[in-house]
Amino acid sequence: MNPFTYSRADDVATAVRDIASAGGAKFIAGGTNLLDLMKGNVERPARLIDINRLALREIRRGPDGGLEIGALVTNTDVAYNEEVERSHPLLSRAILAGASAQLRNMATTGGNIMQRTRCPYFYDSATPCNKREPGSGCSAIEGFNRYHAILGHSESCIATHPSDMCVALAALEAIVSVTGPGGERSIPIAEFHRLPGDSPHIDTALGAGELITAVILPAEGFPEHFAYLKIRDRTSYAFALVSVAAALRMEGGKIAEARIALGGVAQKPWRDPGAEAVLRGSEPTRDNFANAAQAILRDARGFEHNAFKIELARRTVVRALSEAAQESAR
Amino acid sequence: MNDLAPGTATSLPAETSIALTVNRVRRQMSVAPWTTLLDALREHLGLTGTKKGCDHGQCGACTVLVDGRRINSCLTLAVMRDGSEVTTIEGLAEGDALHALQEAFIEHDAFQCGYCTPGQICSAAGLIREGRAKTSDEIRELMSGNICRCGAYPNIVAAIQQSMAAEGVV
Amino acid sequence: MSTAHIGKPISRVDGRAKVTGEAKYAAEYATPGLAYGWVVSSPIARGKITSIDASEALKLPGVIQVISHENRPSLAWFDSSYRDQIAPPGSPFRPLYDAEVHFSAQPVALVVADSLELARFASTLVRIEYESRAHVTDLESNLEAAYKPKEREGIKPPPKPRGHADRAFSRAPVQVDAEYMVPVEHHNPMETFATTVVRDEDGTFTIYDKTQGVQNVRDYLCNAIGFKPDEIRVVTAYVGGAFGSGLRPQYQVFLAALAARMLKRSVRVVLTRQQMFSFGHRPTTRQRVALGASPDGTLQAVIQEATSETSRYEDYSEEVVNWSGLLYRCDNARFEHKVVQLDLPTPCDMRAPGAVWGVFAIESAMDELAVALGTDPVELRLKNYAEEDQNDGKPFTSKELKECYRQASERFGWQKRDPTSRSMRRGSTLIGWGMAGGAWEALQQKASASARLTVDGKLTVSSATADIGTGTYTVMSQIAAKMLGLPLRDVTFKLGDSSLPLSPVVGGSWTVASVGSAIKAACEAVGKTLLGLSRKVEGSPLAGASFDQVEFADGQIRLREDPSRSVSMAEAMRAGGVDVIEEEASARPESDGYSRHTHSAIFAEVEVDEDFGTVRVTRVVTAIAGGRVINPKTARSQVMGGIVWGISSALHEESVLDHRFGRFITHNLADYHVPVNADVDEVEVIFVDERDDLVNPLGAKGLGEIGVVGVAAAIANAVFHATGRRIRELPMTLDKLL
Repeated sequence: MNPFTYSRADDVATAVRDIASAGGAKFIAGGTNLLDLMKGNVERPARLIDINRLALREIRRGPDGGLEIGALVTNTDVAYNEEVERSHPLLSRAILAGASAQLRNMATTGGNIMQRTRCPYFYDSATPCNKREPGSGCSAIEGFNRYHAILGHSESCIATHPSDMCVALAALEAIVSVTGPGGERSIPIAEFHRLPGDSPHIDTALGAGELITAVILPAEGFPEHFAYLKIRDRTSYAFALVSVAAALRMEGGKIAEARIALGGVAQKPWRDPGAEAVLRGSEPTRDNFANAAQAILRDARGFEHNAFKIELARRTVVRALSEAAQESAR
Repeated sequence: MNDLAPGTATSLPAETSIALTVNRVRRQMSVAPWTTLLDALREHLGLTGTKKGCDHGQCGACTVLVDGRRINSCLTLAVMRDGSEVTTIEGLAEGDALHALQEAFIEHDAFQCGYCTPGQICSAAGLIREGRAKTSDEIRELMSGNICRCGAYPNIVAAIQQSMAAEGVV
Repeated sequence: MSTAHIGKPISRVDGRAKVTGEAKYAAEYATPGLAYGWVVSSPIARGKITSIDASEALKLPGVIQVISHENRPSLAWFDSSYRDQIAPPGSPFRPLYDAEVHFSAQPVALVVADSLELARFASTLVRIEYESRAHVTDLESNLEAAYKPKEREGIKPPPKPRGHADRAFSRAPVQVDAEYMVPVEHHNPMETFATTVVRDEDGTFTIYDKTQGVQNVRDYLCNAIGFKPDEIRVVTAYVGGAFGSGLRPQYQVFLAALAARMLKRSVRVVLTRQQMFSFGHRPTTRQRVALGASPDGTLQAVIQEATSETSRYEDYSEEVVNWSGLLYRCDNARFEHKVVQLDLPTPCDMRAPGAVWGVFAIESAMDELAVALGTDPVELRLKNYAEEDQNDGKPFTSKELKECYRQASERFGWQKRDPTSRSMRRGSTLIGWGMAGGAWEALQQKASASARLTVDGKLTVSSATADIGTGTYTVMSQIAAKMLGLPLRDVTFKLGDSSLPLSPVVGGSWTVASVGSAIKAACEAVGKTLLGLSRKVEGSPLAGASFDQVEFADGQIRLREDPSRSVSMAEAMRAGGVDVIEEEASARPESDGYSRHTHSAIFAEVEVDEDFGTVRVTRVVTAIAGGRVINPKTARSQVMGGIVWGISSALHEESVLDHRFGRFITHNLADYHVPVNADVDEVEVIFVDERDDLVNPLGAKGLGEIGVVGVAAAIANAVFHATGRRIRELPMTLDKLL
């Protein structure tokens, strides 16, 4: 960990002003990933601006029935929030599938979105990594890539985004509210995380000096038919090999609307409107789910250690949709 | 690959004064920003009951209660916790009287080498306070952030169940 | 003699210290002016350091020194000076000795600074240039380089061949011939390796080290660095797990001691979790097992061949192929164990070394044979039961393995098993039941202990052993309390100090037998002295009694035949005019032509989700034949821990090497999976009655290792039963079952 200076911001305006005025500064909230990376010398901020005292810890019901989740609400507080459980239980389910109770007590909503890949080469400064050291090469493509991408990867990077929460946010079409030097703006979650392309060191669409202030969940939370399924190498406290957030709106025994988001397969939660369209207006049958699964993984391409994830992801999609289709008596 | 990023401070960070209430005692201390809560407890305050197993939030040995919630003390900076109340394993007993969890861990032999034990017990205290676990499966899931390499898990679950029963939680 | 303390489920005597945080581990001793050392690790796997520039680091106020091969004090020259008690044949790795890099993450420098954080930061400023050379870290693609390793002390070579194995195999009507592959595993105790060297005012050093052998470390530091024996004391009061990784001195103790001596101050060095992947490990091993049988299931041939890795500088070997001869009778057998040199650190004994891999292969193959024969796996094992050790034709001191099979299968409900694979389901989940047997050594090593009884009835027994979580503090206290008939609270056992009486390193499951026997002998010596003193009591009722005729209970020395004839121990000491009786005694193993082993039977149930390939071990019942169980509570924990290790080997653990870098890439606890709480369901441990007056003076066999042996095979066999798929490569991750 390199030396850095530390300051606290008491309001959003100050935080945004402070970060603009200091070179190499970073915000710190829960710290669960940033400090982890700093200890490995992967992140080397000159200054940390502690935003934990900003008034961003509320969950509010909007007039349209949606929810606004403050960026500093911890993962635990989101997951167990009664409003979230009532209208957007998929989000609770996804959050509780991630990390450990202790980490969820620390990690914040904004920080979870901002967490970086867990690619072991990204963490190991003895190996090349384009995300850590642009231009140095990608060690994972021909290396140990069990946890790596099968969709949306590039020749420079095959890392995955490790979040469970974001997979649910993608399925729920959340909006990320940010504030920065240019004022406030909203970024749809689908546009928030970037695919690597030839600049894998840039993870997100967040601009310089911008701060996440909230996540907005639209009113439709699919509380009747949803599932979050996470397949991993041990029962708990492990990153996903594949995870699936599935949400259905059923009308008269048919699927009126379907959302499918995949985690652990790309540098961002993976959605495919075409695959979801396959299900619209159709019966909730295994065959139809299999068609959707086929569609969403149409362009998947695996590597030496993760090619199995393509078939695994298909099966997980089918199972998640099947579970979601069951009448929810949860 | 060890080069400092441009703009990285090369002078050492100045220490700042913070106050933590640790095990009900207010402790004023001077720490540099880069000192984690875990290192502050172990190296500055001599409270070595809180353990370092991985220093990356991957094992749970460093679990303490901060303002009543269980967290990994290795992944938070001491300066960030200025003004907080911290409870470590050293603060669970009341004088000579052990906490019910401590008694139960001994009775059920819920440890072997003992290194993960303070974290397990603090985590269990947090778990009971959270009130989300009722069944043994729920205890197992919500205690999965604490690795025990000796493999004492079944005994840990039994000890927690006994404590929960004693406290009337289940 | 009162046996009140033996066989009782007594809670650990060190329990309170461990649940309150009072128990101090190696990195937790405070001392004024302590400096912190941070290890700089090599990014390359093989080559040479061409330059070290520490100037940037040394410019930082508070950085004391950067120690490397360029500026270290002089060290011993000869290989033999670096050989510790456990060293396999070869030239041990010598930290900071020269510019050579032998393996990735090798320690190449130590940064010493005023604070932990500063040392860590300064380590990033040390610029080291390397000249890389081609390295080889892949066992699979270098099998042709395998050779027979030099014989390692304490490790039996493969058993001698019996009959004509290959011919018998080729003629056998029923054959199984399969290859099994297992990965590298790292011990990963929860406490990382750490040493605090406290420099005392007189210039001597107290070295608080994480180790399984304080005297081994002391001797090593004297030989390698040049300390005089009275200049250092090595102490390890508590060890946060070790599982074999602390058998040999690890490099942090060398570096900390070297720095303390060079800088004349107290120094602490703690390894990071990542650095825990930079030394010995369970070696990756490829095996072939060929079994031939007649249609009635009688084994006609057993062939087991193993190839495992070693380093370029030492011939590490373990007993991989030595287990079938303890379990099964077969007249035609052939065994082979070879090693391949790789550019990796020398492997290191890890909980049941050799047996974990060897028994996995043999017991998987036996299951394959049972399937081929259409025989029940338990029946097949009973059919071929070895009544004597086939390896060297010796009788067993005891072997209640049949009783293990019987009791464990009964408890498990094995008779309800439908032998057809894929026949058992719970909803959409396949259920499988599998079993295996296991064996481990019941060894004893030479050990000494002292016993000190004071007139107030307090007994202190001591030996330089360690408690690595196995319960040594507790069971030794029980043994001593039993010997002199004292309440447990009046007995203190001191361990983990190199100045105490001689103890072997803590390993091989031999501590109870070795140190316990020495304690028994020391307490007997105290008892004899007491009896002698009791005769000085006026009109002593014990005047004519011999030692065999008396017993010690409730603070009394009394006649066994007539307990009313007694003298209190305090009275005897007063009569003799002594306040203290102190005796030291040794115990050594008998060489009497017997084979000494523990045995086990393991029955496991798995659930397999066929869509995802995920395996869950829902139930394990293990029965152990381990002689006399001194403390059923700590004994059960030992075996339970072993079972969790078996689950881990079966399903989770793997140190993945990236051969391009010659580096373990899963070097953290997020990528290196060990089971978490949610991975472990029902675990049941049965101790079968096994009376054994021959194995050692206590009749007890160690239990630290037997619990893990065979578990992975039982699980793999259960997975086959569930799915019809035989997985011969561990760990059985879901991709192998998709």
